[in-house]
Amino acid sequence: MQVRVANVSKNYAGMAALADVSLTVGSGELVALLGPSGSGKTTLLRTIAGLETPDTGIVYFNDRDASEKRIQDRGVGFVFQHYALFRHMRVMDNIAFGLRARRKNRPKESDIRQKVMELLDLVQLSGLEKRFPSQLSGGQRQRVALARALAIEPSVLLLDEPFGALDARVRKDLRRWLRELHERTGHTTLFVTHDQEEALELADRVVVMNKGQIEQSATPDEIYDTPATPFVFSFIGESSVIPVTIGNGRATLDERVIDLDVGALPDGPAQLYLRPEDVEMVTDGGPGIPGLVVSTRRIGGMRRVTIECGLARHRIEFDASAELSIQNSQRVQVRIIGGRVYGAGQEGYATEKLAASATADFKWAKAEGWLDR
Amino acid sequence: MTEAEKAATAQQRRQKQAIGEGPITRGVLIALALAFLGVMLIAPLLVVFIEAFGRGVGVFFEALTSPHTLSALQLTLLVAAIAVPANLVFGVAAAWAIAKFDFKGKAFLLTLIDLPFAVSPVVSGLIFVLLFGANSALGPLLDSYGVKILFAVPGIVLATIFITFPFIARELIPLMQQQGSSEEEAAISLGAGGWRTFFLVTLPNVKWGLLYGVLLCNARAMGEFGAVSVVSGHIRGQTNTLPLHIEILYHDNKAAAAFAVASLLALLALVTLAVKSILEARFAGSLAAQRRH
Repeated sequence: MQVRVANVSKNYAGMAALADVSLTVGSGELVALLGPSGSGKTTLLRTIAGLETPDTGIVYFNDRDASEKRIQDRGVGFVFQHYALFRHMRVMDNIAFGLRARRKNRPKESDIRQKVMELLDLVQLSGLEKRFPSQLSGGQRQRVALARALAIEPSVLLLDEPFGALDARVRKDLRRWLRELHERTGHTTLFVTHDQEEALELADRVVVMNKGQIEQSATPDEIYDTPATPFVFSFIGESSVIPVTIGNGRATLDERVIDLDVGALPDGPAQLYLRPEDVEMVTDGGPGIPGLVVSTRRIGGMRRVTIECGLARHRIEFDASAELSIQNSQRVQVRIIGGRVYGAGQEGYATEKLAASATADFKWAKAEGWLDR
Repeated sequence: MTEAEKAATAQQRRQKQAIGEGPITRGVLIALALAFLGVMLIAPLLVVFIEAFGRGVGVFFEALTSPHTLSALQLTLLVAAIAVPANLVFGVAAAWAIAKFDFKGKAFLLTLIDLPFAVSPVVSGLIFVLLFGANSALGPLLDSYGVKILFAVPGIVLATIFITFPFIARELIPLMQQQGSSEEEAAISLGAGGWRTFFLVTLPNVKWGLLYGVLLCNARAMGEFGAVSVVSGHIRGQTNTLPLHIEILYHDNKAAAAFAVASLLALLALVTLAVKSILEARFAGSLAAQRRH
């Protein structure tokens, strides 16, 4: 079933939770709605389910206006963030609830039992049908919730932060398992997450949301490699930002040219967004931007180095080989080999950790000849 | 001292630190609490039973089986049998509306539900006198149809419903609010209709709280004096409930009989309390399980 959201807006007490959002999810697609808290991703999911009514705009299921049907008849399998299992019912009755609630062609009780057993097998919980939800672990509850949603043979499966309340290990296992399940059952699936790793690993397509709007909707590769907006760049993966100036089709940092494609950006101030792999240390004595090492920490096989560079001591994080010996307060030269330049007026995801220090001390820069102009 | 003894004293010291006070302080506090309870609660209760049997078992049973006592008991049971189910329906409806839906005037409705708690019972009774009395707009109108509210059973029932209204709603609202409405949303998205969702999901989740509320409501419905006293007219054998009957007996210098009837009410209260504590133990367990969930 194809799901199409057309120009949907929703306000809560004057605050726009969704602002003119349009989105099409193809049949059988696995789509992640990714964004920080308050970005409207859950509201969008609940609107598709019919649990929220949009102020304006329409949700279509296969070109039919979904609001013509009651929520009960939409055939939406919804998995809630905290699972919302019926706490006074056993696992068996939880999963059977949707089938027993049918008015038309309700299956026989023996068929319901069989179906529940099949679903329990599918979610690998056979033998636990007599348990109450309080007697299950978080990961098991999650799978019961999924089985309960799948029992009604939904045309769309919607999951709200499906792994949010689980510990990291269980999360990873369940993620892989959900991907396999999706490939086997082929439901059109949307899930909400604030975890970029989860979105990039699991989804066919990632929809990045911010302030009630869609920033970019693309494959995980495109999202990471060609982020459409500074927000997407800074929300996905690690990033540093430094202000640059555009002139004559080139970007300059304190009058040093940075060799990057700036596209059709107008002259004037702009922002350069960098990933840790977009910066490398100059070890061969070639030209580079001088900087002062502020901190280093070891991440896996690499060393993550934070330096301050430029007149206003902008902080940049980059990865250096772990074999290089780098100390705090060491002077280094770096070369920018990648990154993207965005025009002024676009805001990135606020990363407080990279705010420049207010107490600027330019002694080192003067010593370097950096301030001799 | 052996290693084991050392370890044991260290363990004791740690426990003491964890609780915070020494044995003397604890003993004094417990004794104070028990003494207060004894003087203020247990002694009066004992006095009721001692006085009731003070003139012998014969007087006790005579007082209990007199026609006026029996009719008062009958009326009290009748009033509770109407008021409690009525408030069960109103209370559950009000709690459901307040806990599960958002609408304008919700805070006002909450305040209204608390009104009977805030207003003195005598005033509650007077409200009905003003509403249905001979000088009101409604009273003469209903009179012309032969409907008697004041100084009759309907008035007593109305006053009792008014007084006991908050008990069930107040018990359910925090419970329902704490549980949120995601289970109801799940039920609806699975295809269940409103009534099915209510009876299969909402109600089972609050059943212990509901039972607890019903018990409290019942205890108050049977024991209510002030409001009922204003609207009943104290007609013996007709509009006398047990509490009113006790007062009349007492003023007639029939203390033993008064205490005999009072012991009946006290017994009722004790039974209610016992059931309540059994429920509470049960209720606490299921609440804890829900929190784990």
